[in-house]
Amino acid sequence: MAEEITEKKPVKKTVPKKEKNPYVWPDLPFMELMCMIVVMLVLILWSLGMDAPLGEIATPSRTENPAKAPWYFIGLQEILVYFDPWYAGVVVPSIIIVGLMAIPYLDNNPKGVGEYNFSARKFAWINFLVGYAMWMVAIVVGQFMRGPSWFFFWPWEPWDPNIHHAEVLLKNIPFATGLISLVVYFALFYLLPIIFRTKIYKQLDFTRYFVLMTLMALMYAVPIKMVMRQVFHIRYVLVTPWFNI
Amino acid sequence: MSEKSEKKSFKQKMMSGQIWKSIWRHDFEDTGVNRGKVLRSNVFLHLHPIRVPKHAMKIRFTWCMGGITFFAFLVECITGILLMFYYHPTVDMAYLDMKYLMFDVPFGQILRNMHRWGAHLMVFSVMLHMLRVFLTASYKPPREFNWVVGVLLLTLTLLMSFTGYLLPWDQLAFWAITVGTNMGAATPFLGVEGPFSIATKFNDVRFVLLGGTTVGANALLRFYVLHVIAVPVVVCVFMAIHFWRIRKDGGISRPL
Ligand code: HEM
Repeated sequence: MAEEITEKKPVKKTVPKKEKNPYVWPDLPFMELMCMIVVMLVLILWSLGMDAPLGEIATPSRTENPAKAPWYFIGLQEILVYFDPWYAGVVVPSIIIVGLMAIPYLDNNPKGVGEYNFSARKFAWINFLVGYAMWMVAIVVGQFMRGPSWFFFWPWEPWDPNIHHAEVLLKNIPFATGLISLVVYFALFYLLPIIFRTKIYKQLDFTRYFVLMTLMALMYAVPIKMVMRQVFHIRYVLVTPWFNI
Repeated sequence: MSEKSEKKSFKQKMMSGQIWKSIWRHDFEDTGVNRGKVLRSNVFLHLHPIRVPKHAMKIRFTWCMGGITFFAFLVECITGILLMFYYHPTVDMAYLDMKYLMFDVPFGQILRNMHRWGAHLMVFSVMLHMLRVFLTASYKPPREFNWVVGVLLLTLTLLMSFTGYLLPWDQLAFWAITVGTNMGAATPFLGVEGPFSIATKFNDVRFVLLGGTTVGANALLRFYVLHVIAVPVVVCVFMAIHFWRIRKDGGISRPL
């Protein structure tokens, strides 16, 4: 008995087929039990085969280099290379959390519920997967390719600071150019979908459209900034007396 | 009792006795009513609906990831309580307790391993769970709010891991938490080194997290309390909401 709540105007829903759904007992609890046993076995084998790491006793006077965060936070640590701490460590995670929470209220495409349906939700799938992939890539890079002083090493290279390529000199973009390029960057996100009359623009009202495009601009700014630094050796796009981006 | 009861097997007698009947309020004949009653009359099973669409039971659909996350949380609770018997959240003792667990406490090493790897498993499965919920569009009306609750659970899961990371009091822990909480000092407005700071070293976000300006005894105690009580209790509350809402939002999502 799966109760439907339809307080709101009943979403246009074909009346559920009359054939009844199968009983939950005992099939589902049985599968859950199997699942639990398998997970428990995996966890026990994992724990028998591999010990949780324990370093030397904490010594505040001796810095650990590199000091790596646990893997699921290492993505944030990785973008610390590209942004100042207030942005990489505080603003980015906050935007991610708020942005994730906003998804159901931004996506007003009713299609695809309860099925893996890429073709009905191309835009949503692609952008979510890009963001998800960025997280994974940042984790892999941070976990396996960063050595002392957070220098980049390929996994097969020894962590020898001497083999490391000399530090390149980084430059900042002048204030006016930086400000204008930021404005243009955001404007592109707001305007391009309108100019090309994309589905996204037609489907969303102003608020949804504006919030969605802002979040997307912020998300794609991260890889763009990475490229700017790695390829064009740019440190800050915008330098102000109070903060730098 | 009538003479008839003499012919009953022990099992039959037991199952028709008052004690048994007081615990299991259904019998075992394979009828629809019973298959419903089994779930309705058991507090652990009553989260389930009586019937569910076929596809919802397929591992292919849910990847079982929500369930595995929940299970990993239970494993963490049990192993965590056992670890608490051996652990003192003090600078003098914490690290030694780790060594004690690893070399002296019977099954201490595997206990610690299971707690650590279980935490990794939980983070991993909650990430995959979010992915599957997204790909199946299960956040669309009427399930929007449960997605929001889910995001909170994801955040809290990460917080549980983060606060636990300091407790072994080794170099890894100390410096990872130092790096992590230095972010607090960089918070705009509320961190001492952040843009537009209105705070001092002694009242900013980092100070609140650490109970001091650097990672020390107060930080260890704070993280311990957050890790073993404060965050898990909040997680339990949100999990209760999460599970309850799955049902109230019409059960697991299905094609319209
Ligand atoms: C501690 C973390 C979590 C636990 C224990 C948990 C547990 C569960 C369980 C057991 C289900 C039933 C179906 C399934 O297994 O897939 C479920 C469904 C759901 N979860 Fe979670 N979850 C957690 C975190 C999240 C997160 C991070 C999100 C999203 C950001 C989320 C959103 C949802 C939604 C929307 C449903 C309904 C899915 C549907 O109707 O198909 N949950 N959750």
